[in-house]
Amino acid sequence: MKQIRKTFANGILSENPTFRLVLGTCPTLAVTTEAFNGIGMGLAVIFVLVFSNLVISLIRNFTPEKIRIPVFIVVIAAFVTIVQLTIKAYFPDLDKSLGIFIPLIVVNCIILGRAEAFASKNGPLASVVDGLGMGIGFTLAITMIAMVRELLGNGTLFGLAVFGDLYVPMLIFILAPGGFLTYGLMMALFNWATSRGGRREGGSA
Amino acid sequence: MDYILGIFLLLLSSILVNNFVLSRFLGICPFLGVSSQVTTATGMGLAVTFVMGLASVITYLVQYFVLVPLGIPYMQTLAFILVIAALVQFVEMVLMKSSPTLHQALGVYLPLITTNCAVLGVAIINIEEQYDLLQTFVHGIGAALGFMLAIVLFAGIRERLETSPIGKAFSGFPIGLITAGLMSIAFLGFQGLIK
Repeated sequence: MKQIRKTFANGILSENPTFRLVLGTCPTLAVTTEAFNGIGMGLAVIFVLVFSNLVISLIRNFTPEKIRIPVFIVVIAAFVTIVQLTIKAYFPDLDKSLGIFIPLIVVNCIILGRAEAFASKNGPLASVVDGLGMGIGFTLAITMIAMVRELLGNGTLFGLAVFGDLYVPMLIFILAPGGFLTYGLMMALFNWATSRGGRREGGSA
Repeated sequence: MDYILGIFLLLLSSILVNNFVLSRFLGICPFLGVSSQVTTATGMGLAVTFVMGLASVITYLVQYFVLVPLGIPYMQTLAFILVIAALVQFVEMVLMKSSPTLHQALGVYLPLITTNCAVLGVAIINIEEQYDLLQTFVHGIGAALGFMLAIVLFAGIRERLETSPIGKAFSGFPIGLITAGLMSIAFLGFQGLIK
């Protein structure tokens, strides 16, 4: 039970995929122009991560070593297709704003990375918990980045106006450069905050 | 004549205006991961150009001669990623047999390309924009050259950053991302180049 809790917490803080492992950076930068998009992307990734981890963990003992990567990719692509069709059918607005980045969840390195590093070596329960932890860590991180960008770049939060009319939005934050700048500054903040707490140093390029 | 002009503009816009890395956010992982030296960045760029040109054409053929006639375009994601993975493996084997020098130069980067989202991204954009075969090829090559331009420039800057005094919290990825942000601002300047 203790081990399970540790696995879960791992993905959220000490091995946060966005700020610590620096994986899955493409969607992190691309879809974080609005806070809602961050949550939508995060939920899609949680779904794919949990189920692909589960299936890969179940078939780990009879997957031939040499073709394991193609097998993992097929499993992941199947779940991504399910998510893609579901979002298209029930959330057309989200589909429009996430666009090409939904099918690109297939090549999100968090998912293949966890399949290779965790699910192919651990049992189904631990793998599901690991997927959940990593997915939630990713969702929290990109939602935070999206909130900062939406607030500064558009003056709103989850679509609601926060500042009065006096505030002039800094458009640069919802354009491409703002993605890089916000992500870089927040990662520095995360490094600073965790290193003050006496945790290990991270973020080496 | 208009068609040829259009092809030229497509090439230019995919390299500069809609730069894959700095304005479309595709291929960020290798952009951050394989950019500590100019030589390795060039090698990665060449390997990506080679694979993206080929992958664009082959996924185009798969879409219009296999998926659409069979009525299963919803299998696009699965089919494309398998085609790209197989293609990368195939290119690696061919290079190993036919040109050991080229294989030595590009070899280490090839396996990484399967999970480079720029490759799958360009294939999906080609279909979404309904490009014909020539446009698909030009867009693939242009996008890859744009990737190479960005990663080589970035590697050049990072080589200098290595020796600069940078605060502890910023060293590594954070300062890299901020550098990329400044490059992205510079590339915004190309926006007015093509209407």
